[in-house]
Amino acid sequence: MADVTRYALTGPQGPKPRRTFSRRNIFLYGTLIMVALYYALPLYVMVVTSMKGMPEIRLGNVFSPPVEVTFAPWVKAWSEACTGLTCDGLSTGFWNSVRITIPSVIASIAIASVNGYALANWKFKGADVFFTILIFGAFIPYQVMLYPIVIMLREMGLYGSLTGLVIVHTIFGMPILTLLFRNYFTSLPEELFKAARVDGAGFWGIYFRIMLPMSVPIFTVAVILQVTGIWNDFLFGVVYTRPDSYPMTVALNNIVNSTQGVKEYNVNMAATIITGLVPLTIYFVSGKLFVRGIAAGAVKG
Amino acid sequence: MNNSVEIKNLDLEFGTVKVLQNLNLDIGAGEFLVLLGSSGCGKSTLLNCIAGLLDVSAGQIHIKGTNVTWAEPSERGIGMVFQSYALYPQMTVEGNLSFGLKNAGLAKTEIAARIKRAAEILQIEPLLKRKPAALSGGQRQRVAIGRALVRDVDVFLFDEPLSNLDAKLRADLRVEIKRLHQNLKNTMIYVTHDQIEAMTLADRIAIMRDGKIMQLGSPDEIYGRPINKYVAGFIGSPSMNFLEGELSDGLFEVGGVSIPMAGYEFASTATTSGGATLGIRPEHVVTGELVVNAPFQTDVTIDLIEPTGSDTLVDCEFAGGRFRVRMDGQAKVSVGDTIRLGIDPARASLFDRDTELRL
Repeated sequence: MADVTRYALTGPQGPKPRRTFSRRNIFLYGTLIMVALYYALPLYVMVVTSMKGMPEIRLGNVFSPPVEVTFAPWVKAWSEACTGLTCDGLSTGFWNSVRITIPSVIASIAIASVNGYALANWKFKGADVFFTILIFGAFIPYQVMLYPIVIMLREMGLYGSLTGLVIVHTIFGMPILTLLFRNYFTSLPEELFKAARVDGAGFWGIYFRIMLPMSVPIFTVAVILQVTGIWNDFLFGVVYTRPDSYPMTVALNNIVNSTQGVKEYNVNMAATIITGLVPLTIYFVSGKLFVRGIAAGAVKG
Repeated sequence: MNNSVEIKNLDLEFGTVKVLQNLNLDIGAGEFLVLLGSSGCGKSTLLNCIAGLLDVSAGQIHIKGTNVTWAEPSERGIGMVFQSYALYPQMTVEGNLSFGLKNAGLAKTEIAARIKRAAEILQIEPLLKRKPAALSGGQRQRVAIGRALVRDVDVFLFDEPLSNLDAKLRADLRVEIKRLHQNLKNTMIYVTHDQIEAMTLADRIAIMRDGKIMQLGSPDEIYGRPINKYVAGFIGSPSMNFLEGELSDGLFEVGGVSIPMAGYEFASTATTSGGATLGIRPEHVVTGELVVNAPFQTDVTIDLIEPTGSDTLVDCEFAGGRFRVRMDGQAKVSVGDTIRLGIDPARASLFDRDTELRL
């Protein structure tokens, strides 16, 4: 064995010491804190205002915390606020949105994932043309298609129904979701697909047994994209549904923009927060998965 | 009818790129055939065609006397092992082994029996309940081989199975694959770019370049009598020395040196003069006491020495070009020394300068 020697060292050795309050750190964290405050401030104002009574709001101290905390505006926003003719708050809109979002998300993701899988792994004739057309669809402005779709839905007898809106959402989710899934499946090792074919698995066998279990991250991304996108949609909701089936965003607009009487800022704030709560929750719950999925699928072309 | 795999007039094109051109190959039952070539030569593509993972542009593939050109991969009676192992990550080892059998609709008892047998042969019984992520590279490749093994097929296809492993593991698994072949006596087609793997494993080697088979023969033939300059340079490490010169009346003249070619077996009697390239393997140059028996002898000065332990590689200048010689690892030489070399034309190779074919 070699001799163990310890030298007496002088001068710099080991890890280089770093100061906590270096100029670099102050600048970096200072900027981050400023930006964070800037973005958090509106939310703070909303939360604070929504818990004040109207007299307190009239005092005009936007940033001051509520003296008397009240949840009455929240209750009113949910179940009593007037949207046009009816006065049952956001609750109807919320349940409409749920009934629109869930089937749209499931249908669009189910179809788009199979599309992406077929485009990535089963090179059929005309696959490239099909893909190009689909991607091209992503660049056509929605406004161009609004009225033609109204006619199509009317002819099918679906205009004004939730089913019609679900179909519209499913179709409009197709280009971006297919691209997402295709890129993800392309990034999976091709040899896995080949091995499964040698093992005698068919189109659906490979999809369900091999591809699906490996695609949790990209499915998470797709769910988030679709839930937030469809939940936040206003245009399609207002165009393709009738007042009794308006989604939550349209109901919110009707509450906030109703012109008669006093503007109840606290109710408006509460209603806005309630509407935004669903996408917000989804982001908080799935933050890490979302980032991982985006990194896994969306970057590679 | 003794051939296990027959490939007839096979063409494969990707758009305008011709990857395989009119390729013919017969592989005998129980034979270990290695497809060897540098990357992009079409060897993996050929293997994928045999497996049915790529549609061919023209030609036929027969396996065990059946035309399988249009058959699905699973119907061809093949098992395949991939470079990246391609184990299904969400399944246990057992799940990986049984996936193909379940797809084929085999009875549970039969599946269990086959997995047991394969696990015994490959010594992976303790790993059956583990997921691939919990296995080392060597274990993963063993499972991948097992997946081909349980299918109970006639033909095994290996697509660079050892390339992802470190050097020591590669050597170990190489021996295991050879032993497996000796025990099972299946036909095996093995793609690699590693000439050591090719030489040690193969019954026959097919050297491929640009979608064509350059030479098909036993490792001995390919090493000893390469059919052209490309094969000669590709096989052997360190690679063959080439001397560009003129051949006239049994004398090879290069850079003012004349080497008598007496004892060289010409492939044909037609050409005995003209521009030629003489190829001499570094290990076929003799040094020391053995020089006196060599038909041609010369003195050179050493430029560079590369000791590898078992051998010492010596670089020198000879006949106006670089020349490498393999000496014994015990040889005491240093840069600047003059040593005497002996060359035996019987072990050398001569190629036509223009066609690069063996003379």
